[in-house]
Amino acid sequence: MAFTDPNSSNNVRPLIEVKGVTVGYGDRVILKDVNVSLPRGKVLALIGSSGGGKTTLLRLLTRQLRPQTGQVLFDGQDLAPMDQTALYAQRRRMGMLFQFGALFTDLSVFENVAFPLREHTRLSEPMIRDLVLMKLNAVGLRGARDLMPNEVSGGMARRVALARAIALDPDLVLYDEPFAGLDPISLGVTARLIRDLNDALGLTSVIVSHDIHETFGIADHVVMVANGGVVAQGTPDELRNSQDPLVHQFVNAQSDGPVRFHQPAKPVREDFGLPQETAA
Amino acid sequence: MIGLATSIGRGLRGKLGDWGWSARLLGALLLHLGACLRRFVLVREQIFFLGNRSLSLIGVSGLFVGFVLALQGYYTLQRYGSAEAVGLLVALSLVRELGPVVTALLFAGRAGTSLTAEIGLMKAGEQLAAMEMMAVDPVKRVLAPRFWGGVIAMPFLAAVFSAVGILGGWLVAVPLIGIDAGSFWSQMQGGVDVWADVGNGVIKSVVFGFTVTFIALLQGYNCKPTPEGVSAATTRTVVMASLATLGLDFVLTAMMFSI
Repeated sequence: MAFTDPNSSNNVRPLIEVKGVTVGYGDRVILKDVNVSLPRGKVLALIGSSGGGKTTLLRLLTRQLRPQTGQVLFDGQDLAPMDQTALYAQRRRMGMLFQFGALFTDLSVFENVAFPLREHTRLSEPMIRDLVLMKLNAVGLRGARDLMPNEVSGGMARRVALARAIALDPDLVLYDEPFAGLDPISLGVTARLIRDLNDALGLTSVIVSHDIHETFGIADHVVMVANGGVVAQGTPDELRNSQDPLVHQFVNAQSDGPVRFHQPAKPVREDFGLPQETAA
Repeated sequence: MIGLATSIGRGLRGKLGDWGWSARLLGALLLHLGACLRRFVLVREQIFFLGNRSLSLIGVSGLFVGFVLALQGYYTLQRYGSAEAVGLLVALSLVRELGPVVTALLFAGRAGTSLTAEIGLMKAGEQLAAMEMMAVDPVKRVLAPRFWGGVIAMPFLAAVFSAVGILGGWLVAVPLIGIDAGSFWSQMQGGVDVWADVGNGVIKSVVFGFTVTFIALLQGYNCKPTPEGVSAATTRTVVMASLATLGLDFVLTAMMFSI
């Protein structure tokens, strides 16, 4: 299934196309025959239960994993057969926010954001300084430039990582669980920041998240991944109103449904050594 | 029987894969020498981190080894009336053998474990993955400067160890035991050959620096990204680097015996 934007012309190529992708570890298949398409400038949310394959799909988009079959196209180019040079050329057009920021712990906030600029450009020091401060200002942390990663909170660390992810003005930003473990204020700030940066900088964003409320508030399109494939996709409202039992259970956070609360196990009486019930 | 053959085959295939992966990493580290020379500041930082910060340990250890060598040497040599040769014995022992070997063992414990833990924790904290996602090759940017920093630092540390050890030997032999200072230094000057003896030690220390640093980086880069994984990798670094040092020492000594 493809996500088509009614406002965009049909001849604009999607930034990302996942075509018939199957992937797994060894004999274990994680995703089977997945098809997802994402137009430029939009925010795509990947939701689904833990272990359902969301992060695997995210890793496919950046070629941290290669598909066993199918293609992952970034701006029309298949990532799988690329050598390191070609892949790195594409990755310069991507930014990724890791779950816990993955900041370089031996570098200050300023140096973390400056890192990709120093590695990939020959800009002068005053230019790097201005760019870093602009990126930090965009995430509200210009005043934290001299702090070390161990001196900032989890929410701030993620914002620093976001500033670093957009340092090279990428076309695509990927967020792996950006809301995990954040307090309500940081959570709201981060969600708003993702949407605002996407619109202001003309990015395309992919968010993997369990936080239905915040994710649905900023996403243009939602893809639900479960049981090794895409089980539903549409706008946030379409998923909210879905009658599919699995989607309904997940979106409404119900403990029991198609996804069972209890793992399959022996009967309780047998496990606790209780006498079997006898018929009266 | 078939099950046994299958498990042996699987284990062998796994080991071959590991060796192949290690060889590719070593090749990449060697190939990145040019990149390291172009950004020598990264190597210089590692020479400081691995070398300067190991100096106190190396210096103190060298001093005590020098003390002991002088005492033991005097005990043996005075039986044959050659107590004045204690300076020569201390110097040859240090520059040919103990300087490179003990420095490599200490380097494995001090700098090797630190390298493994640092790389392992970078991997566990997804810092290496983040670097790859920024289109920066972690082998080139993180591992190669550390590798060449270790290779360069090691001969200097061995030289410091030997020099401090000789001073330690002098302290015990001359002021404490009362051996004539002139005999101590002149025997050493006459008996130690720059190429045959000092060169022997330099070659050994370069090989040990290469080996210990590579093992430390390999273990860190290849470890499971968990606390247990990093801990196990750090232990493996000490064990493997120490055994490799002692094994290579025998091989190198045998090869250079006639020199």
